[in-house]
Amino acid sequence: MSESSEFEAELTRAGARTDTLWRKLVFFTRQYPLGAIGAVIMIVFVGAALFADVITQWSPLDTNPALSLGAPSASHWFGSDFMGRDLYTRIVYGARISLAVGIGSTALGCFFGVVLGLVSGYIGGWVDLAIQRVVDILQALPLLVMALVLAAALGPSLQNTIFSIAIPLIPYVARVIRSNTLSLREQAFVEAAHAVGMSEWRVAVRHVLPNTIAPLIVLGTAQLGAAILTEAALSFLGLGVPEPYPSWGRMLSASAAEYVRTAPWLVIFPGVTISVVVFGTNLLGDALRDILDPRQRG
Amino acid sequence: MAAYLIRRFLLMLLTLFGISVIIFGLLRIVPGNVVDILFDSAGMIDPAAKLQIEKDLGLDKPVPVQYLQWIDGLAHGDLGYSYIDEKPVLQQIAPRIPITAELGFLALVFSVLFGVPLGVVSAVRQDEPIDYICRVVSLSGLSMPSFWIGLLILMGAVAWFGDLPTYTDMPSGFFARAWLLLLPAMAVGFRSSSLVMRLTRSSMLEVMRQDYIRTARAKGASVQSVNYNHALRNAMLPVITVIGIEAAFLIGGLIVTETVFNIPGMARFLVESIRVRDYPVVQNLVMVIAVVVVVINFIVDMLYAVIDPRIKIAD
Repeated sequence: MSESSEFEAELTRAGARTDTLWRKLVFFTRQYPLGAIGAVIMIVFVGAALFADVITQWSPLDTNPALSLGAPSASHWFGSDFMGRDLYTRIVYGARISLAVGIGSTALGCFFGVVLGLVSGYIGGWVDLAIQRVVDILQALPLLVMALVLAAALGPSLQNTIFSIAIPLIPYVARVIRSNTLSLREQAFVEAAHAVGMSEWRVAVRHVLPNTIAPLIVLGTAQLGAAILTEAALSFLGLGVPEPYPSWGRMLSASAAEYVRTAPWLVIFPGVTISVVVFGTNLLGDALRDILDPRQRG
Repeated sequence: MAAYLIRRFLLMLLTLFGISVIIFGLLRIVPGNVVDILFDSAGMIDPAAKLQIEKDLGLDKPVPVQYLQWIDGLAHGDLGYSYIDEKPVLQQIAPRIPITAELGFLALVFSVLFGVPLGVVSAVRQDEPIDYICRVVSLSGLSMPSFWIGLLILMGAVAWFGDLPTYTDMPSGFFARAWLLLLPAMAVGFRSSSLVMRLTRSSMLEVMRQDYIRTARAKGASVQSVNYNHALRNAMLPVITVIGIEAAFLIGGLIVTETVFNIPGMARFLVESIRVRDYPVVQNLVMVIAVVVVVINFIVDMLYAVIDPRIKIAD
């Protein structure tokens, strides 16, 4: 039985009416109110990234000396930065950068992590031993330090930022997928697949891989938040996404400590935005974990 | 136990060796070395002078030879010279270590002082309003970038004292410095305390579901006694491991927080050196960080084996 039909059965036992999509949503909201808040935050975040040009009338790059360090007003809700660019517009467009880096590096990190974890756990032996040592080495450095060194080596650009964050994510994913694969390998259905003459490769891809999807979704959501935070930190330190991209972390960089005194809105709004979005991924991640991987329920 | 210790120790050396290779390699895949960068900025193009400088810095030798020279120096306590101000790297790093170590220590104390009690309260009162509040607070702690928490604290300091605190001149006494480092330690520690809180809570809940807890209750032990004498003690095991993992977690917070508060520590120095591509400084600082993380994890593993006898049997 697959994860989702198992979940459906559980819902029916619990007396939930989940015959339509709407009822399912209502049920999810009642059962996981914090998860629902997280989902709403994520929808707003993705919506802002997709429809940035519809949401705001200004351009994120247009400078206006007259508005330099302008306070929030009716036409410029969040004020404007040193170069007179509208902060609200830059934050809305910044969602694209955060989403690109968040999804890009999470997907890349998860892909390589899954391959390594699957190979390591499924083949075992010296391959496992070798991969585990590499994972150990990658994990011994803090995420930010590794990302900093990679970003410095590769040079500042959007692609390199995605890459610099993806690499340190690999060991975390590889660890989880490996231990999951190890336990799956001993399951009866894998043995049955072998018994009917399926090749090792087919068993791994058709039977083991699909069963690692649930922990992968849980892990991926958690990593999405970590990736967005790391991008913000890298850009804050001046080693992430370069100008003129409107990166949330970059908005807080350079003279942020000075703006604390002179233009606090430049510090408050980008910071609140990063925090709320990451908060959303964390809330949604927790709810998904409870649904997909009930053993970990806290 | 001795075999386990030796095996773990050898693995630790292997990990450090791997890190040194990766860092050294990474810093040299960049097109153009520091001499090119210096020459670009100075606008000089005398090839003879360039070759001479490359020779002085040892950059004319093949990369593996450069690597061996670095490791050989490390083994003898010689960390090389900074490209930028030509001082011995050790001389530059050494005075910064106590500052960063003290900040990290204060942050860790802060995270345990807040994280453990709140985690316990949250677990004991599971699904009550206080549990929800604690969970939301800890989740938001994990969601806020630590440099932003630092900026908010600075904002509070401006509102309170009317000015930004300065950290450029650090006093030498431990307590005088601790007083000054209290605010930045809170910025670093808040995030870690959220992690400690979440783990204390889930570990506590896990233990409270165990049979021996029910047995203790059935034998007439009070709720208080069961919660604190039985559950908390056992729940602390995984939390200790986490505090080890947190050493790595804290360093990320230290890097941005030292930058925000302008603290002349090791972590901010790493960022500055990366910006100017002062590789001898960068590679040695990263190695210092790696050694700290790996050694702390080693110590935690050993402690864990001492506290929890099952580890030894399993190995």
